Amino acid sequence: MSDWQLTRKKENLQKRARIVQTIRAFFMERDFLEVETPLRIPANAPEIHILAEPSDDWFLQTSPELCMKRLLAAGYPRVFQISRCFRRQERGSRHLPEFSMLEWYQSGSDYLDLMETCEELLRALSPADGIKRGGRTIDVSVPFERLRVEEAFARFASKPLARAVVDGSFDTHISLEIESNLGFGTPTFLYDYPASMAALSRKKPGNPQVAERFELYVAGLELANAFSELTDPVEQRRRFIEEEQARRAARLAPYPLPERFLEALETLPDCAGIALGIERLVMLLLGAEDIRDVVAFTPEDL
Amino acid sequence: MYSSSDLKKGLKIMIDGEPHIITQFDFTKPGKGQALYRCKLRNMITGSLFDRTYRSGESFEPASLEECDMQYLYQDESGYVFMNTRTFEQTTLTEEALGDSKYFLIDNMEVKILMFGERGIGITLPNFVELRVTKSDPWVKGDTAQGNNKPAQVETGYNLQVPSFVDEGELIRIDTRNGEYVTRVKG
Repeated sequence: MSDWQLTRKKENLQKRARIVQTIRAFFMERDFLEVETPLRIPANAPEIHILAEPSDDWFLQTSPELCMKRLLAAGYPRVFQISRCFRRQERGSRHLPEFSMLEWYQSGSDYLDLMETCEELLRALSPADGIKRGGRTIDVSVPFERLRVEEAFARFASKPLARAVVDGSFDTHISLEIESNLGFGTPTFLYDYPASMAALSRKKPGNPQVAERFELYVAGLELANAFSELTDPVEQRRRFIEEEQARRAARLAPYPLPERFLEALETLPDCAGIALGIERLVMLLLGAEDIRDVVAFTPEDL
Repeated sequence: MYSSSDLKKGLKIMIDGEPHIITQFDFTKPGKGQALYRCKLRNMITGSLFDRTYRSGESFEPASLEECDMQYLYQDESGYVFMNTRTFEQTTLTEEALGDSKYFLIDNMEVKILMFGERGIGITLPNFVELRVTKSDPWVKGDTAQGNNKPAQVETGYNLQVPSFVDEGELIRIDTRNGEYVTRVKG
């Protein structure tokens, strides 16, 4: 008996493969070095809302970012990779506990430079007449909308940003009130997050309340998360300890600190980095409503 | 007790002393942010539907329901009538309580009925059921947007997607757990 649910995905998987090839060509043309780093690592960056999959005494990576930044610190100016990431208990129509992430990092640049690369990448991947989703056409040929987090709250949320940060409802407002409005005319860069929402990001010069972080949304779908990277090892250690204390207060298993990464920050140049979900991107380009339609197997299929 | 991360479609939990089933479920989470578990719930006694969103770290009491082996007899004005195969007592389930399961019932089918006290409030069907295709448009060649599938209706009125090679009058096997086509059956 042939597995028809698998057979019917063939065309989507062929298109996915072509998208990945285009991404590789895009970065190689721009003189980025493609790298592979271990999936199994002694420590991830501790983050309160991301649960790592243990593997003996180590962990599977939740993102390759720590190894990527160590490469930059060692003098690799432009690196990218497409790798598997693992995040426990994340399963929904837009989430898989194991998924593919595109990450790229660039020395001597900041988050504004990454926005431009995102625009060029989406233009390279999208059909000439734009991205179609939910009966709307998203125009990628013009500069993308740039919307500060504070403005997004003022426009779409039932509460101002400052209050949502204080009472801990920031993520709820993003998920339930803001996301579904973003990225419909053009894609939207939601940028300048409260400093407390970006443990690995540099603060905006002259405004320590704000972190140089953005998320890219297209048709309500969160596609990528980016920072001007924090390069101060003392500040980074302090923020990791804060995250770790919050994890323990929530009675989550303790995570070790990534010591070799913190050492490497001593020589990390000014740089910016971004993580973009491959499955989300493929969903968007193919008009798929559910993430299961763009992967061969979900955990439930195994 | 269940926790938020156990929530999924089909899970049965107690809310205010009454059993509820999750009929639709989605997990949402901003990349770096807190997870939200968005549920559509059905009160298994009253049939009322409502939405509720939970955060991570909440806990839920499992619904304590007994499952009895029963046989499907017939449908009348009051609903769908089943007979307990051990005690021969009859129980009637409403259309709302059955949901999409009503499309997969065949006379004399052996099923499990969920009992909340004396009351039948839910059903577990055999995993697979075979039904005849009664309506299906011819496949339009070149219409690749559909991914080589097409809509069809089976004898019970249920609509689903089938591969383009399935014709009217053919018998197909359907997975009752997700309502999806599995294979053609010779017969």
